[in-house]
Amino acid sequence: MAKIVVDPITRIEGHLRIEAEVNGGRITDAWSGSTMFRGIEKILQGRDPRDAWYFTQRFCGVCTTVHSIASIRAVENALNITVPPNADLIRNIIMGVQNVQDHVIHFYHLHALDWVDITSALRADPAGTASLAASLSEWPLNSTTYFKEVQEKLKAFVAKGRLGPFANAYWGHPAMKLPPEANLMATAHYLEALQWQKDIIRIHAILGSKNPHPQTFLVGGMAIPIDLDSQNALNADKLAEIGGLLKKTRDFVEKVYIPDLLAVASFYKEWAGIGGGVGNYLSYGEFPDPASGRMFFPAGIVLGRDLSKVHPVDQKKIAEYVDHSWYEYSGGSGKGFHPWDGETEPKYTGPRPPYEHLDTDRKYSWVKSPRYEERSMEVGPLAKLLVAYAAGHKETRDAVGLVLKHLNVGPEALFSTLGRTAARGLDCLITAQQLPGWLAQLEDNIGKGDLRIHAGEKWDPATWPGDAAGYGWHEAPRGALGHWIKIRGGQILNYQAVVPSTWNASPRDHKGQRGPYEEALVGTPIADPNKPLEILRTIHSFDPCLACAVHVLDAAGNETVRVRVT
Amino acid sequence: MARKQGSDTEATNGLEFQDSVSTLLERRGVTRREFMKFCTAMSAALALPPAFAPRIVRALDEVKRPTLVWLEFQSCTGDTEALLRASNPTVAEIVLDILSIDYAETIMAAAGHLAEANLDKVVREEKGTYIAVVEGSIPMKDDGIYCCIAGRTALDRAREVCGGAFATLAVGTCASYGGIPAAAPNPTGAVGVKAAVPSATVVNLPGCPLNADNLTATVVHFLLFKKLPATDGLGRPLFAYGKRIHDNCERRPHFDAGQYVEAWGDQAHRHGHCLYKMGCKGPETFHNCPTQRYNDKTSWPVAAGHGCAGCSQPMFWDSMTPLYKRLPNVPGFGIEATADKIGLGLAVGTAAAFGVHGVLSAFRRGDDSEGAKED
Repeated sequence: MAKIVVDPITRIEGHLRIEAEVNGGRITDAWSGSTMFRGIEKILQGRDPRDAWYFTQRFCGVCTTVHSIASIRAVENALNITVPPNADLIRNIIMGVQNVQDHVIHFYHLHALDWVDITSALRADPAGTASLAASLSEWPLNSTTYFKEVQEKLKAFVAKGRLGPFANAYWGHPAMKLPPEANLMATAHYLEALQWQKDIIRIHAILGSKNPHPQTFLVGGMAIPIDLDSQNALNADKLAEIGGLLKKTRDFVEKVYIPDLLAVASFYKEWAGIGGGVGNYLSYGEFPDPASGRMFFPAGIVLGRDLSKVHPVDQKKIAEYVDHSWYEYSGGSGKGFHPWDGETEPKYTGPRPPYEHLDTDRKYSWVKSPRYEERSMEVGPLAKLLVAYAAGHKETRDAVGLVLKHLNVGPEALFSTLGRTAARGLDCLITAQQLPGWLAQLEDNIGKGDLRIHAGEKWDPATWPGDAAGYGWHEAPRGALGHWIKIRGGQILNYQAVVPSTWNASPRDHKGQRGPYEEALVGTPIADPNKPLEILRTIHSFDPCLACAVHVLDAAGNETVRVRVT
Repeated sequence: MARKQGSDTEATNGLEFQDSVSTLLERRGVTRREFMKFCTAMSAALALPPAFAPRIVRALDEVKRPTLVWLEFQSCTGDTEALLRASNPTVAEIVLDILSIDYAETIMAAAGHLAEANLDKVVREEKGTYIAVVEGSIPMKDDGIYCCIAGRTALDRAREVCGGAFATLAVGTCASYGGIPAAAPNPTGAVGVKAAVPSATVVNLPGCPLNADNLTATVVHFLLFKKLPATDGLGRPLFAYGKRIHDNCERRPHFDAGQYVEAWGDQAHRHGHCLYKMGCKGPETFHNCPTQRYNDKTSWPVAAGHGCAGCSQPMFWDSMTPLYKRLPNVPGFGIEATADKIGLGLAVGTAAAFGVHGVLSAFRRGDDSEGAKED
């Protein structure tokens, strides 16, 4: 038996450590621990609830919009504020673009190197790559000349100097199966995607000043004004520019990302039977349609991989446990707290650094263990798609059907590492195809003379009730994100976020149940314990994002000294 | 576990490119014309006359491939993301690439002990010559156990890596001054790099996140003049942080004319009037946002209709909030109510009174927490 430690897990946001036991070439047990903690929720106490989005946006610099919207929705929910339709539509465009860009970056820059051996691309026949690419899509760059050029650049890079960020990876690993031609295609698209993401994210700058960390959200609406007759507002010029960028967004997803995903997946079909995890899936639903009031993607829960039934989500059934996390609860362990009533007092009991191993029998992470009715739940694009699929959502049914048919597998293949990676691509595709519709709705509203971007009646805290509580949901690129807030006297009394990676990266709970990362790793084959590429494949398939998963909530009543400008 | 090094794909450390940077760039698909454009933009970012552009070309052509390592501590990765969206895209990235980024958690292919081996090698073999970039703050409380990488604390790693570097660039407000983790009540005792490793040579590039152009320009400055740029009392390069937002703001004429936004979405808002009354912190913030802008120079907060949050000022999380409260005592206004009557004459006084950094805390009720004190 060997115990493998991978720390740091790179190509993710934040600090994650995996420890795994290997027996007979397979993982028999695994522990997921986060090793960084900041305490932003504690910092939020006593502050102006209208500022919360700006603070919580810094939970994560990768998911730069998602905490803003969850926070804004929590405050709006607490104060019973309805935003103007334009604000909902602008938010949909911002969130939709975030979703698409994030998934593409994940696939090419954070996940692809687990499947693609860049060094093998050096041996590819560029003509073979061109014909492979042409068989997959009509992307204009599918020529021998182009791929030869990329290969030459790559050769020059490798031959002349150090490998920089590509040094010391698991190149030449026996679990790498793509032929050199496919590796060259993926490498070329790795570079193209890097350029593309910078271009399309300008939509965030147009609507929200910059990316990362757009600065445009407001409780009650958005700060980007609309006026067709002004140079300083969202006008026809800017709408047209966004329209052009949305076309570029969709083109890349349809003609590069999805074909690459299907091509790579077809070489790794055995991964449709690996990495399934806990088998329970939670999604909050997303993209409100201001016209109908309904969500485009439905909220729901799928339990025990049973796609015949979608259960409704009741936020009151969520509780967080800390039996294996470095916190202590008043009144002892073994119980969970709902986010409104939660408490967290950090208490590190792990080994003193420098250390070789965590004490995995006891507490081993800064991530808590959220559970839904005491069950471990997986969240993320796979959960989002399974819920929508089970609910009969047409766009999702069509997209999922396309992939299953292409790979010649049944729906059970979705409960896997490969299924998770494929679901992310489909989520991206469906969203990219919906985006132009929201822009059209926005243009239609503006055309009718509706310039409203903000509901200002409750902007002044003097108009608020003495006590209020609310929650805000967002189905983020990494999954179900919830923020909970309690307000007293115009200030934040309590704040807690239960984020996607808290669900997925959670350590064992009060019952000893593993979290989704841990469960998904059990049974995974390991070809070379010194180069545990397979661990990266499954962990990266969740798209970990750890900074936001670690947070502190202080019990109501603790001191909340705060600078106040008077 | 034994370290696995020297795989067949890893070239010997210390190799230097024989070709000039412009030749290398051409090989990577950057044309000479694009390169010249980049050099002119850098000359502007550095507040140098355009005539300096050819000198930047020459300076970059003399690059001897120094190594850069990028460390992430208590961060949100926003600064790494900012780098990936750098607004002089290809060239900015490649200039950094040409520096050889040997360690960067978010983008590097290696993982676990093999990743750490890359960093160890730089520290061991390139002492005093590599550049360290730090993103995120460093927790000092409880022996630093709030941030560990590969079983070591951020403080331990920072002392080793920043201590042995030629210079450390602290990117973003967290690495510069502690940032959001250091906001009151600072649960983990977070501080910036200079406070954690006083012996290190540190240049602060605050902003939440930093503007990647300022990072590129700092590197270019170093390559061009063979020294680090001049900084203000807060360790920030003067070329990027030498002027107030307010003094370069495109809405300044409306401030001087007494034309203010009164409500989100009102006519004044739609027509680009001054956001001071909506809480804009531009009058107390030193940064080049109005001129450099973000995402290929597309926009910046005030241009998009939201006030400046003051994110490049130390401890802005405590001193600049609440975000939507107007600055309490802009010198020259007397009290905030006088903003309603402000005219050109008063504005002139404002500019004069703002010549000093760090005046902010004097206007505010003090914060009891240690971490929130300015300067």
